[in-house]
Amino acid sequence: MSELNTSIKSPPSIRISSGEYHQRWRLIKDVLARYGVVAGGLGVIVAIVLIFFYLLYVVYPLFISATAKSVSEYAIPEQALGNTLLLEMEEQNEVGARFTDSGQVVFFEAATGKTILTQAVAIPEGTHIASFAQGSPINEGAVIYGLSDGRAVIAKHQYKVTYPNNVRVITPSLKYPLGEQPLVLDDSGAALEKIAVKVGENATTIVAKTADTPQGPGKIRLINFQKEQSLFADEAALTRTDSVLEQSAAGIAGILIDKDESNLYLISNDGQLGFFDISDKSSPAIRQQQNVVDAGQKITSVTFLNGDLSLMIGDSSGLVSQWSMVKDKLNRPAMQKTRSFKVSDKAVVSINAEQRRKGFMTTDADGIVGIYHSTAERQMIKERVSDALPTAAVLSPRANALLVQSADGKMHFWHIDNEHPEVSIKSLWQKVWYESYPKPDYIWQSSSANSDFEPKYSLTPLVFGTLKAAFYAMLVAMPLALMGAIYTAYFMAPRMRQYVKPSIEIMGALPTVILGFLAGLWLAPFMEEHLAGLFAMLMIIPVGVMLFAFAWQFVPKAIAHNLSEGWDAALLIPIILLSGWFAFKVSVPLEAFLFHGSLRDWFKTELGIGYDQRNALVVGVAMGFAVIPTIFSIAEDAIFSVPKHLTVGSLALGATPWQTMIRVVLLTASPGIFSAVMIGFGRAVGETMIVLMATGNTPVMDLSVFQGLRTLAANIAVEMPESEVDSTHYRVLFLAALVLFMFTFVFNTLAEVIRQRLREKYSSL
Amino acid sequence: MIRLWFKSGTPWVWLNAAAVSTSLIMVVGVLGLILVRGAGHFWPSPVVQFTYQEPNGQIQTIIGEHVDTSITPAAMAKSTGYAMADDEDTLVQYLIKAGNRDITGTDFRWILERNVKQQQSPAELMVVERREWGNFYGRLVAVKESGKIIAEGAEAWPAVQTKISEALTVFKKIAHLEKKEVGAINYSLEKLRLKQKKLQLENLWDTAAEQRVAAEKAELEVEYKKYQAQLSELYQQIRRDSLVAKTESGAEIEIPLNKVVRIFQPNTMSVFDKIVHYGVKVVEFLTDEPREANTEGGIFPAIFGTVMMVMMMSIIVTPFGVIAAVYLREYAKQGFITRLIRISVNNLAGVPSIVYGVFGLGFFVYILGGNIDQLFFPEAAPAPVYGTPGLLWASITLALLTLPVVIVSTEEGLARIPRSIREGSLALGATKLETLWLTVLPMASPAMMTGLILAVARAAGEVAPLMLVGVVKLAPTLPLDGNYPFLHLDRKFMHLGFHIYDVGFQSPNVEAARPLVYATSLLLVLVIVGLNLSAILIRNHLREKYRALEG
Repeated sequence: MSELNTSIKSPPSIRISSGEYHQRWRLIKDVLARYGVVAGGLGVIVAIVLIFFYLLYVVYPLFISATAKSVSEYAIPEQALGNTLLLEMEEQNEVGARFTDSGQVVFFEAATGKTILTQAVAIPEGTHIASFAQGSPINEGAVIYGLSDGRAVIAKHQYKVTYPNNVRVITPSLKYPLGEQPLVLDDSGAALEKIAVKVGENATTIVAKTADTPQGPGKIRLINFQKEQSLFADEAALTRTDSVLEQSAAGIAGILIDKDESNLYLISNDGQLGFFDISDKSSPAIRQQQNVVDAGQKITSVTFLNGDLSLMIGDSSGLVSQWSMVKDKLNRPAMQKTRSFKVSDKAVVSINAEQRRKGFMTTDADGIVGIYHSTAERQMIKERVSDALPTAAVLSPRANALLVQSADGKMHFWHIDNEHPEVSIKSLWQKVWYESYPKPDYIWQSSSANSDFEPKYSLTPLVFGTLKAAFYAMLVAMPLALMGAIYTAYFMAPRMRQYVKPSIEIMGALPTVILGFLAGLWLAPFMEEHLAGLFAMLMIIPVGVMLFAFAWQFVPKAIAHNLSEGWDAALLIPIILLSGWFAFKVSVPLEAFLFHGSLRDWFKTELGIGYDQRNALVVGVAMGFAVIPTIFSIAEDAIFSVPKHLTVGSLALGATPWQTMIRVVLLTASPGIFSAVMIGFGRAVGETMIVLMATGNTPVMDLSVFQGLRTLAANIAVEMPESEVDSTHYRVLFLAALVLFMFTFVFNTLAEVIRQRLREKYSSL
Repeated sequence: MIRLWFKSGTPWVWLNAAAVSTSLIMVVGVLGLILVRGAGHFWPSPVVQFTYQEPNGQIQTIIGEHVDTSITPAAMAKSTGYAMADDEDTLVQYLIKAGNRDITGTDFRWILERNVKQQQSPAELMVVERREWGNFYGRLVAVKESGKIIAEGAEAWPAVQTKISEALTVFKKIAHLEKKEVGAINYSLEKLRLKQKKLQLENLWDTAAEQRVAAEKAELEVEYKKYQAQLSELYQQIRRDSLVAKTESGAEIEIPLNKVVRIFQPNTMSVFDKIVHYGVKVVEFLTDEPREANTEGGIFPAIFGTVMMVMMMSIIVTPFGVIAAVYLREYAKQGFITRLIRISVNNLAGVPSIVYGVFGLGFFVYILGGNIDQLFFPEAAPAPVYGTPGLLWASITLALLTLPVVIVSTEEGLARIPRSIREGSLALGATKLETLWLTVLPMASPAMMTGLILAVARAAGEVAPLMLVGVVKLAPTLPLDGNYPFLHLDRKFMHLGFHIYDVGFQSPNVEAARPLVYATSLLLVLVIVGLNLSAILIRNHLREKYRALEG
């Protein structure tokens, strides 16, 4: 009572109780404090809500659809200079370029259509342009003109960015990577009706279809220039290789060369796709010839998807299908249709691929522009850009603006806001068929050294890994914790309980980083070496305990009573240690006898189960260790607080302690035990450090206990520091956090509600 | 009879008891493992000279510490490709720490026991702890000064000891100069640069300001030159001496003394010497900076960072936790709102810690920190000040994480205070606030203390969120130093738990780093178990007291 006395000895209010002013100030303080405390109390709710909504706020942009808005519309710049063969736009969306069929290039302001520069490509006198193509890869800016006399000119459009007076100025220009002099592709002077080029650092490949001439039908020629950098000369020498494809040139409507210059695709009018291996430039070989559109339809547009691994083929029925190279059963590459998009009821007019992602833009005969993402199978935008037939279209390199030219002589400039097309419900949770994979699969692979690599964001393997780790942890923790709780709460001597409970609670206070470290660097190698011993222990320890218990009833009652009443657990410690030691000893000869030496090898050879050193079993044991105290503590509380009159009544009616335990206590406490298990599960799901350190962090979907895994939490810990703010990767990681949050939220709320109910029930009993 | 026995339920009770025993064995086992491995690391182990026959028949001398022994059953050894004789039951291998990484390329090697022809512990074998390339094991040949031999043979040992203590004094001076004095100058220069930029941004940059800044800069330069001269003199001094040693293969190498931390001959040490050595090593571990990519030396910055972070966190979490608990117990009507708050508290406790890290990174670092930078530190752009992970954000994040611990504990304390005390105070005319402030809260202070201790224990061991909001593997400067404003909340810091993860799993030389990780773990476990035990003791004491009060 001493504290009571001191605290009310001299309340300041009484000491200075003078004047009304003071009294009022006391009351004001009281009211202010009330508001402060209420605010503080509600702050807890605010905190949890804030976390939830902040996570949601970051994740939300992943799922909103893209928007497009018209910025300006103007007459085609310098229309007199010819029809448009190709529209282009540079990176900053400031300058557009129009390549005309008269060999002129018109650079204009993309937003207003004001001409900046008009330049003529060096087309020799007396010839005209017979064919034109954009070089691959598209972002290099090369184009090729096939001339009517069998020659060709390669040009490149470039943009120089300077900052005079801190204002960005973009200056367009034309370059000729292989010289201004036209290259002679066909000696006989036949016109080049179709052409394709790939301009690379060290090699340039041109494929051209020549026109029929009186001397014979047109051919498909392949010309390769290899740059040989001599050690002494500054000038590089070009080595030329010529060959002719053994393929009829009739009806060829499109030619595509991939950026590795090893695959060539020929598209014919009637819907045939020819796939050639041209890695050896002197002898191109046909690999496959296949029909790629439905009967009666025509191919209207073809382009590579970014990375040049897939073809997007648009047909006259408004269908765009993606054809990728897939290895067949015999490991031969073959073109296969992986997915298709119904973009319109009318014919597809053009397809433009995004230059940095796997998205593409289509225009149809009605002037409707659609933007899609191939792997996510998402339609991002569908807007009518013009009422007239579109004649040319381009998507800017950053895919945030587009230019469309329509038949009524107008140019349409639009802005696009399309930040995260690669994420959809399907790409996050379902099997996705990625390019160069043999079949659809769940894959998490967020980054790679390669720049045109496609990130793969399937959360399924991570969720699978999370549940797998939690499952094995619960498998270890649940029996130990629940059985321990039953014993501690009901059978244990009070004095022993006084020590046991804090010890196990201290187990819960051990930092998980230490458990993870021990699991990864001590337990994992130990387990690898003593796998058989571990399994033997699982069997021998319970048997040892039972034998001891059986023997114990023959110990004289006087001794037994003094020793064992509630102290059985202490008695058992040496027994368990002994049987554990025995298990390890006996496991070596057993292993040699039953499994021909090593259990690990036996699993591998007999059952085909591989063994990772850091596997789910290690995680199970280590995380089980971390979860035991959580479950134990809550379950023990629930069992311990079962009202005593229930148990006493049951015992008085002649039930044995064990019967009372099973039929009365457990039944009453079961909601509490259930909530203990749920809270333990929630903890296992969110645990980070143990899984990070004790598994190999490989996002595989394999139920085997000897294989590694990667959990949502560990994945965040590994990848979050490296992810760029507000990128898709960053937001997907937030989504992973949100999933974890919701998961544990559901479990914890449920557990808490159950516990609150239980408390009410107990108090009413 | 057995059926009867089973029917009585006794075996099941025993089995349940076995679960408790197993859990206890696990706890004690883990603690014991950490204790033995962690505490054993600093004890000087003898250096052994093995005469070893390589698998190709060649006889070779290996000098090193015997670290570990692995015993593999014959069958398993065969399956991993060892030739085993019929009468051999087991394959025994030794892990030897042979050091001399600069010569052999690896610190450790496994040798087969059956190929060891001879094993000795000659007294003259020495261990040289170096600042680079790990330990050196071998024999001392001579001591050199400026390239000339000054002591050889038996005289070499005493000579090298005095030379090393000289070198260490100089080394300390250099470290002090570089860290403290030159560091302060660099800090001032950076401040000056930011000041200049700020003035320019505010259009206050005129000739007067320019002259002022230039004068200050010149002053600092002069000072810098002075220290530079001192430093180069000291460097000359420390580079003068070296020792010549013979390796296991008989080759002689010269080790400059500025790279040597200490040198000793474990085989000649008495128990007392070893105890002294142990003590010195423990002190070094606790107070020194890490060396060699954190695999050797001390962990002082990690201890300091952890303590700083935990203190900051306590300052933030205590008022909020206490206010929330007071609301729940003293102000709120028990009902829907309090149930909602209790659910929120439980959820805050149950949300995975990594989610706090994600939230802290996105909300505190990028949103709050980014805005603070824009408002108050425009001159530092594009380098972030608060818009990057750091001590402040780590503390706030962990405060949020440990809030439920403080709330639950304080609430329990408040619940145990008898109503009569409150009613007495109110009856005497005190307002609710006065009752709370003068009677209830002082009585509940041990409970708050318990909550705070538990929160500190939790925060000290938490790693996952810190990896996102401010911890680094090596911080060049401490968050608290002699440069105004002394406490640098924006700095990144080192943390014991992260140190364990980083050194144990990200280090290039895990085998060499392992003992240090055990030692760090031991320290962390001791701190956390100690904190928890004291919390439990306070809580028990408190319960007793209130029981007395009620009775």
